[in-house]
Amino acid sequence: MIAVIWEVTSRLSVLPDFMFPRLTQVLETLFNGLVNGQIVAAIGKSMSRLLIGFAIAIVLGVIMGYLIWRYKLVEDTLGFLVTALQSIPSIVWFPLAIIWFGLNDFAILFIVTIGATWTMTVSATSGFRNVPTLYQRVAKTFGSTGLHFIRTVIMPASVPQLLSGLRIAWAFSWRALMAGELLGSGGGLGQLLETGRSLGQMDLVISVMIIIAVIGTIMDNVVFMRLERSVQKKWGLA
Amino acid sequence: MYVTIDGIEKSFLNERKEQVQVLDHIDISMEKGSFVSIVGPSGCGKSTLLYMIAGLEKADKGSIRIAGNEVKKPGPDRVVVFQEAGLFPWLTVLENVKYGLLLKKMPKQEAEAKAIDMLKMVHLSNYIHSYPHQLSGGMKQRVSIARALVMEPDILLMDEPFSALDEQTRMVLHKELIDIWKKTKVTIFFVTHNIREAVLLSEKVIVFGTRPGKVKEVIPVPTSTDGVLPDSVTLHTEQRILAILEEEIEKVLKEEMGDDYSFKTNHLHRNDSGDMGSHI
Repeated sequence: MIAVIWEVTSRLSVLPDFMFPRLTQVLETLFNGLVNGQIVAAIGKSMSRLLIGFAIAIVLGVIMGYLIWRYKLVEDTLGFLVTALQSIPSIVWFPLAIIWFGLNDFAILFIVTIGATWTMTVSATSGFRNVPTLYQRVAKTFGSTGLHFIRTVIMPASVPQLLSGLRIAWAFSWRALMAGELLGSGGGLGQLLETGRSLGQMDLVISVMIIIAVIGTIMDNVVFMRLERSVQKKWGLA
Repeated sequence: MYVTIDGIEKSFLNERKEQVQVLDHIDISMEKGSFVSIVGPSGCGKSTLLYMIAGLEKADKGSIRIAGNEVKKPGPDRVVVFQEAGLFPWLTVLENVKYGLLLKKMPKQEAEAKAIDMLKMVHLSNYIHSYPHQLSGGMKQRVSIARALVMEPDILLMDEPFSALDEQTRMVLHKELIDIWKKTKVTIFFVTHNIREAVLLSEKVIVFGTRPGKVKEVIPVPTSTDGVLPDSVTLHTEQRILAILEEEIEKVLKEEMGDDYSFKTNHLHRNDSGDMGSHI
């Protein structure tokens, strides 16, 4: 239905094709982009940045979350700072990142990482905090301490919270990535949008938007939903 | 004596930052292989004492010794069965039972075999690969007991383990616990607020007073080696304990409802028709 309205209004509209392309034209560009590798390469570039930044953010977030949970002093200092930093949209870091790293991959990686880190920290902290005392006591009476205690009790017991943290962190870093690539350089989906704009190719821009929406939906609905469901099923929460 | 609890004192800070003494000079001794219960009104510090033996809490004063060694931290020689089963929901029944064994660095195969044996003992061999949420309350508590026993602890600490279960399940588990105790000869320290349960199961019942918690009386239960006591005997013991506790209950009620409250003694007694001749 939407497709029909789009096609018809575009054909009837007074706007030139390059401003309001027809659906068929967009699909053609999308198909060509996928076949000749232009879009595929951009997806690969964007995803590799995202995965690296996201991975760093998870590790940092979990470590900081642990420290905040474990030590009162860290909670009072870093804990407060994290809440403040969390309210800064990560793209705001971009000017700083350019000065620090130059207009390159690192700058983009930096804002992707920073976009996800604070949310991950907050989720990890609350996840660790909500581990039932009962589980901790049980493990301690069996003689579990130190790393073993963290690995076998604290981490698995906070998995549900960590998962929802991952999901939000993913959304943040995905947005940060697009903004960063749009402003930055070195390929990627965001860069392709910028190319489309400067060449006046709105069909390309819309194609990329479709790709972005598809990837976002796949990650959210397929990957994270499945993970959450399988945990809920195993724990008997569903 | 195997377990010696010597002059334990403990206070907490309440919400108004006042010191509240929960345990006042507790002296208890237990022989190896004995089954001792503690009964008392809620808030008398009986669970706190159990956590101290487990090493999960520290006393302000006094010491707890087991076979001569002072208790300083939790250890697998003293395993606790909590009121709620506390099984790890991310592990299967078998993995839950193996948890402590693997911590003791037991080889995987041996741990698995032992865990399966123990699960057979609590009649759960059909559920070893289930997750805890698939089990009923009674089954979970069985797993929790198996998880504790498989460690072959010197002392089994039980903190109102059956109070969240329904009557039938509780009766079955009472019988199983007695069987297990006889089979393994483990020393059991059992905290409960159910007088009947304490009398049915244990060899010695320690009655706790409250505010602050202290030992009011130690009552030996006529031996129950065959597991079945005549009703008249248990009832008599139960009533004795109840009589001691009444004073404590009144104290708690007065504190909660004001000094003019008077607790009518006779209403709490079980029906008197059952104890014919017990006062002779």
